[in-house]
Amino acid sequence: MASIDSSLEPILARYGRAPSALLQILRDAQEAFDWISPEVRSAVAHALDIPATQIDCLTQFYAHLYDEPCGRYRVLFSDNITDRMADAPALMARMLDQFGLEPGEVSSDGLLSIATTSCTGMCDQGPALLVNNRAVTRLTPERIDALCALIRARTPLDAWPSEFFEVNDNIRRADMLLGAACASGEAIRAALARGRDGMFAEMKKSNLRGRGGAGFTTAVKWEACRDAPGEARYVICNADEGEPGTFKDRVLLQSYAGRVFEGMAIAGYVTGAKKGFLYLRGEYSYLRAPLEAKLAEMRRENLLGDAICGDPGFSFDIEIHMGAGAYICGEETALIESLEGKAGKPRIRPPFPATHGYLGQPTVVNNVETLCKATEIAIQGGVFYAGQGTQQSTGTKILSVSGDCERPGLYEYPFGVSIAQVLEDCGAENAFAVQIGGAAGCCLAPHEFDRRIAFEDVPTAGAFMVFGQGRDMFETALNFANFFEHESCGFCTPCRVGTAVIARMMNKIDAGHGARYELNELNRLDVLLRTSSHCGLGQNATMALRDMMQKFAPAFERRLSLKDFEPGFDLDAALAEARALTGRDDAAAHLGADS
Amino acid sequence: MSEILAQLMLDGHKIAFEPGQTILQAALAAGVYIPHLCAHPEFEPHGSCKLCTVVVNGRNGSACTIKAMPGQDVLSDTPELNLRRRTLLQMLFAEGNHFCPGCEKSGNCQLQALAYDLEMFDPHFAQFFPAREADGTHPEAFLDFNRCIMCELCVRASRDVDGKNVFALAGRGRDTHIIVNSPSGKLGDSTFSIHDKAGQVCPVGAILPKEVGFVRPIGERLYDHDTIAEVALREDATWREGEK
Repeated sequence: MASIDSSLEPILARYGRAPSALLQILRDAQEAFDWISPEVRSAVAHALDIPATQIDCLTQFYAHLYDEPCGRYRVLFSDNITDRMADAPALMARMLDQFGLEPGEVSSDGLLSIATTSCTGMCDQGPALLVNNRAVTRLTPERIDALCALIRARTPLDAWPSEFFEVNDNIRRADMLLGAACASGEAIRAALARGRDGMFAEMKKSNLRGRGGAGFTTAVKWEACRDAPGEARYVICNADEGEPGTFKDRVLLQSYAGRVFEGMAIAGYVTGAKKGFLYLRGEYSYLRAPLEAKLAEMRRENLLGDAICGDPGFSFDIEIHMGAGAYICGEETALIESLEGKAGKPRIRPPFPATHGYLGQPTVVNNVETLCKATEIAIQGGVFYAGQGTQQSTGTKILSVSGDCERPGLYEYPFGVSIAQVLEDCGAENAFAVQIGGAAGCCLAPHEFDRRIAFEDVPTAGAFMVFGQGRDMFETALNFANFFEHESCGFCTPCRVGTAVIARMMNKIDAGHGARYELNELNRLDVLLRTSSHCGLGQNATMALRDMMQKFAPAFERRLSLKDFEPGFDLDAALAEARALTGRDDAAAHLGADS
Repeated sequence: MSEILAQLMLDGHKIAFEPGQTILQAALAAGVYIPHLCAHPEFEPHGSCKLCTVVVNGRNGSACTIKAMPGQDVLSDTPELNLRRRTLLQMLFAEGNHFCPGCEKSGNCQLQALAYDLEMFDPHFAQFFPAREADGTHPEAFLDFNRCIMCELCVRASRDVDGKNVFALAGRGRDTHIIVNSPSGKLGDSTFSIHDKAGQVCPVGAILPKEVGFVRPIGERLYDHDTIAEVALREDATWREGEK
């Protein structure tokens, strides 16, 4: 391929040949070449003057980078439990059938491959898939057939019917944030009018807590960053919305991007940061172009750039960085590693990003929704804000509702709303279980539906997956176990091996070989992962499993063998290789055929 | 103003520390062993093996990364924590392919020694039996990934001490593995030398010198004479002496 250098050159130039932009460069290179071939690998390594192993560290870490050819069309079915409940496996089988392929197999003509990926954030309009990083929603058998025809005809994605790529907001209940109109620049001007210290004082009064799940007080984070010694400060918007069942950030970025960016600018104003990054998950690639356009518009309006709104002391600009398929990058220090062009592995904390973040400098990392909240506080003041919600959870919270309900979508409530209220509003009166906070969250049974969404009771980053009567919660637990095994970064022993052991045990139970022994083991592993894992991923990986084993025990018990223990090792299956080598598959070549 | 004493409580005993030391460093200097694999006196803490997990004022954390502070009440040598450590060791044994009786590192291996020390009698979990390649291309060293425990000591040594960046950790989750920085990806093709720091730090038998097989018979090796606690405390003391 003589054109490698000529196609690579503009990509390298776009990122100033900076090794810290390696992930961005590889993503763009893959767009151009379909995969990171050995030739592309050496060309990039050579151009950036880095060891080629540095490239391997990324291509082997990020699920959506390929170091072997995966076809011109790379189809990935979203494999969240809500997709599965909406028949995604059958749709995927239909597509595999049409091309005569196995999952992950590349067609012999190099046209396509079909596999699964973790939740793509389209749970309110699933089942969904990604084709070359672009989301296709509301899949039906007919839509699958149409996709197959387009792929067979080698139609470029840009020529596909635009309704395939349509992503709806589905805002069902709007409150302070989703319901209020806000003129462009209003929040930034309000913050400027309050002054740096004045704006910070309002943040403190508001008692705003982070919306990413952990609920850390935002003003404390901003203050720590502002006061930490450093050569430069940074504001990072965490838009790596990877938690299965969450999609509120997608809507905020699609329809409220101005609020998000103004929130970042206000954070920059208060902390003294001049540069911001939006870390956007790769699954939301379709949002990149409109977001870039929004940034350009804000620069034209002098809401970003130098001397913002005429204030010579206030400069701030924003760059968009893309993820490439790694749930762990939602963890703030893993996100920073990824932003620096490395594999997303969580750092040792402390030190925290507020003092040692991006490039070792003081850095604020906030969730998309949190930054939107900062614009509300700028406009309306901290006292007004603190008047909403509950004592320890001020303001409103956006829930991403999906699963077995009549009206999936976004629901914004003041904190303190009961689970039952949300279920009533979304049309899920007969719910059997609710999974709150995503795969890393808790599972509630009907007797707990009077509990409330708030940091004091049920904290959540917003995922709210509903399970109706007749759903098998073991299936959900199995889906989550496989998810965590796939998404563990592999850094620490308990999470790397523990999630793999748990997935094996769950699959063993699923195959009918589980006994009471496995349930006891799962409980023991739950304690180990919770207490010994390096970061929140491992510490929370068994929370849902623990809840489901306790509250939905029959779903597990009915699958168990009556024996104390049944070996998972299948001797007959182990002989498959020998059968293949000898070319035999008759009855006598199988164990237990006559028993 | 009275000075705050640089002391903490470790398993009910008062130990002194020097400001800047981690809990693990303070413990070793005070002659108390806390099990660990990825920590090494000469390198920055890594915190990945989690063997040194202790409870500090009621919270779990890695002794190798938490700074020692006055007022800390640290629990380490408790039945519950040692049970967790044993489970972590069993996980490491199940994850890789560790065939101690046939391994040249047997008796000098920290993983094996720690397993004896913590009374691990079996790997407990179903073995993963991963297919991992061995690399015999280098004239001075074997690279046997079957025994790797992902501690990254060779990565850190090659990068920080040797300045060669021969090794890197790639992959994700249980597919995590060491890769070699050379045109062919093979060690023989790299700038590695067995005399590099990276050639000396492997706590298990993943990097083994060639042509010295079984010079010392099993039964007369390092951990056949002393426990891993005794060896670690001795090595730490020697290192601190050298630092002065």
